[in-house]
Amino acid sequence: MTRTYLDANATEPLRPAARDAVLAALDTLGNPSSVHREGRAARRMLEEARERLAVAFGVRPDAVHFTAGGTEANAIAVAGFATAGRRVIVGATEHDCIRRASPGAEILPVDGDGRASLAALEEMLEADARPAVVALMLANNETGTIQPLAEAAALCRRYRALLHVDAVQGPGRIALDEAIAAADTLALSGHKAGGPKGAGALLVLGEARPEAVIRGGGQERGMRGGTEPLPAIAGMAAAIEAAEAWRRSGGGEALADLKQRLLAGLAAVPSARVIATGAPSLPNTVSLALPGAASATQVMALDLAGIAVSAGSACSSGKVAESHVLAAMGLGELAGEAIRVSLPWTASETDIDAFLAAYSAMAARLARRAA
Amino acid sequence: MRVVVAMSGGVDSSVVAALMAEAGHEVIGITLQLYDHGAAVGRKGACCAGQDIHDARRVADRLGIDHYVLDMEARFRAAVIADFADSYARGETPIPCVRCNQKLKFVDLLAVARDLGADALATGHYARIVEDAGEPALAVAADAARDQSYFLFATRREDLAFLRFPLGDMTKDRVRSHATRLGLPVADKPDSQDICFVPSGSYADLVTKLRPEAAESGEIVTEDGRVLGRHRGIARYTVGQAKGLGEASRDGEQRMHVLRVESGARRVVVGPRAALGRNKLEAGEVNWLIEPPASPLRCAAKLRGREAPAPASVRWDGSVAHVTMDAPATVAPGQAAVFYDGPRVLGGGFIRAA
Repeated sequence: MTRTYLDANATEPLRPAARDAVLAALDTLGNPSSVHREGRAARRMLEEARERLAVAFGVRPDAVHFTAGGTEANAIAVAGFATAGRRVIVGATEHDCIRRASPGAEILPVDGDGRASLAALEEMLEADARPAVVALMLANNETGTIQPLAEAAALCRRYRALLHVDAVQGPGRIALDEAIAAADTLALSGHKAGGPKGAGALLVLGEARPEAVIRGGGQERGMRGGTEPLPAIAGMAAAIEAAEAWRRSGGGEALADLKQRLLAGLAAVPSARVIATGAPSLPNTVSLALPGAASATQVMALDLAGIAVSAGSACSSGKVAESHVLAAMGLGELAGEAIRVSLPWTASETDIDAFLAAYSAMAARLARRAA
Repeated sequence: MRVVVAMSGGVDSSVVAALMAEAGHEVIGITLQLYDHGAAVGRKGACCAGQDIHDARRVADRLGIDHYVLDMEARFRAAVIADFADSYARGETPIPCVRCNQKLKFVDLLAVARDLGADALATGHYARIVEDAGEPALAVAADAARDQSYFLFATRREDLAFLRFPLGDMTKDRVRSHATRLGLPVADKPDSQDICFVPSGSYADLVTKLRPEAAESGEIVTEDGRVLGRHRGIARYTVGQAKGLGEASRDGEQRMHVLRVESGARRVVVGPRAALGRNKLEAGEVNWLIEPPASPLRCAAKLRGREAPAPASVRWDGSVAHVTMDAPATVAPGQAAVFYDGPRVLGGGFIRAA
């Protein structure tokens, strides 16, 4: 059976440039911390990756700290600033890796489209004079909703709070300029941009540095101990560089056109409800609900029909739990009846049409069953 | 045909999936996540899924079939665990496996199977679906020692045609030899024990947490009202029980057994074994797998899981089954009374307090 992969926000297909970089790094002997020629060769490769990433986003290379992934970058920022004594405020629709890195965090509410309430943020910052760190994502993994980061950053600066931005869903889809200008720290992931799994980065853009979580041998300027996973890091840098070049040279528009084709096609399925249409969102992400049909059933039915999509954020057990993101948006029952379609950089019109055919057939069958 | 197999991660349902796949069917494995395993074993940081889901996935991978995990924690909590605690708080002895079959496996999972366009739902239960005058009927397993038909009485009659119990004709040894032959990674896995959601075995702790009043101490009395001792909460007592009565375990020379549990007065009533037997009982929430009988029905009634059916007459008044046993029997409210005609299951209900 031909498969149609529309779950880019879980992981993107590998980009050819990333594959080449990984293979080259696999054949590079040496530990970047070693003094000999082999070690220095590995170190050179590591620093080249750092520079490529820095150039892609117009930041200084020494802002880039490699980690083992987006989760780790987010955890270092949130837990690291909390350890330093800051109160933590997290958006209600943040990823679990943020929420679980700060169990005692105060929750910043969102509106029906998933946009964080700036009025609530100001109230929270005003109500308590202790220094805070606010974690707000660039774009939501489930809905694609883009957060008002510039406005949030202005508030944070006024109240001397730090802003951490989880930007893992951004590269290759939207420009990160505004997020970089807004953030004190910013998390990136390699595999969400078409790199291999196993590398991420924390950009430290302001003066404040979070406390390290894993100290190890003091690598990454003390931010993240442990021998750097060079193949994953080299692959990540190549992937993000390629993803950003692709986005700027028409890829972004291509995604937006495909999303438009998807939304237009969904008009033929009257029971389908597209979620979060009132806010700016990623050009590759659509969250849609089918009232009365459990998310898990839809994901299974579509998988059996050859379409890979997802719902909520999957627990390691693979179970589909109700989405905390949609619940925080006040969607009630619909929170358990939605799926996420996220287009990878490889998506084509054929993929969209295959999805629409399978989706409308499924919706019709479930409607017949319910009748 | 497309068939959904309920895969628990144990050897039985794994063999079902393997045999169905071997027979050339399109098999979809589904594992129900019923409770948070880490919380159940009280180990912080233990995986939410536990070993069984991991095992089910490994078996599915080995077979090359699609496999999904369905989150039914909330539903299980409401329909099975809460009911379990409530039942104990009423002084009854619940059978959670029936509730789980009745509410989750053969309603929710069955609906998912139909939603997925499946032609059948297969499970690893030891029971058989047989033909009777062209109609599917539920019957006991070939291996009487393994028979689970008692726990399936609440299956809806209209769903029998959709169900498959491929192990109904097999012995456990045969099932294990299939598992070995098919190279299933669970071939040597021990049988599951007790109640799945209290792996520590201490169900009383769970009941106490949900219904604290069921753990409050009270009197242990004889039928004629003499106080023999005190108990440590009614949740710890079930009809027929002789253990755990402490100083009330004997009345003179006579060994005492629990005759009934009175939740209102928080009393446990005890008496000699001879006083345990009852001929009459009532069963509610009745499910018939035949046309509901208009006149008294001669059959064999099974009143607990590990007991053979015994001759009885059942009168159905439209909402309650009035059961008269030919010989006195131990009757524990909350357990099921299941009616058989030879190997065939006719129906059943939950025993009500007298």
